[in-house]
Amino acid sequence: MRRDIFQAIADPTRRAIIALIALQAMTPNALAEHFDTSRQAVSKHLRILTECELVTQEQKGREIYYSLEIEKMKEIDKWLEQYRKIWETRFEQLGEVLEVMKKQKSEE
Amino acid sequence: MNMDFIVNKETKTVSITKEFDATRDLVWDAYTKAELLDQWWAPKPFASRTKVMEFREGGRRFYAMVSPDGDERWAVQKYTSITPKTNFKFFNAFADKDENLELPGSDWDLNFSEQDGKTKVSISIYNESLERMERVIAMGFQQGMEALLQNLEDLLGKLTQGKTSK
Repeated sequence: MRRDIFQAIADPTRRAIIALIALQAMTPNALAEHFDTSRQAVSKHLRILTECELVTQEQKGREIYYSLEIEKMKEIDKWLEQYRKIWETRFEQLGEVLEVMKKQKSEE
Repeated sequence: MNMDFIVNKETKTVSITKEFDATRDLVWDAYTKAELLDQWWAPKPFASRTKVMEFREGGRRFYAMVSPDGDERWAVQKYTSITPKTNFKFFNAFADKDENLELPGSDWDLNFSEQDGKTKVSISIYNESLERMERVIAMGFQQGMEALLQNLEDLLGKLTQGKTSK
């Protein structure tokens, strides 16, 4: 099942997990030490992050290491960029309206 | 001046600052009069259509963003505080065409200041829920894409015209 990327970052624990594994790949046990929640809860968050394709797993010996998909995180930036563009367009339009208003005023 | 655009997920706030080459009186009017707002509020190719405009504390603006296909996305802005020419605040929420609100919404705080004939507008948008903020950003993404496609269409139209007139 695929999920919306924003679902991944909507939860504070998941954002913290992302911040931790952005620095280095970590096992669920190592991650759980950073939180008051159970190991099961951390596993659930990791499952959601995996479904969002934000993290990848790698088996090393008996342990599974989770690491961050940096490229996927960039999608969030792209979305923000679009939101910023809307405001740019809006303000360009406002600038045009203001020019017309200025002319009208000077003609009065 | 370029636009400042900062999204802070910790405080669930979007901050936007922009300077305009116009007096504060004009900029204030452009933000508070329906017939002017409708000329710029919706990013092209969307259109803004204000149905109700009561710019006073406790009043509201009920308007729609209309897509090129005629789809209407309604929203209500309830004015909670107005300091003429300086500041106004409103609570913003999406709605259906009968003005039933879709909560949660967002709190907007707009500041206007003039210096040397130029006016700086600082907008702060606080979202009650992070999910909502993300949903709005996602919608913005969609609108941005449509705007891009429209611009491309315009450009292609011009190119085609140039070719046929040759």
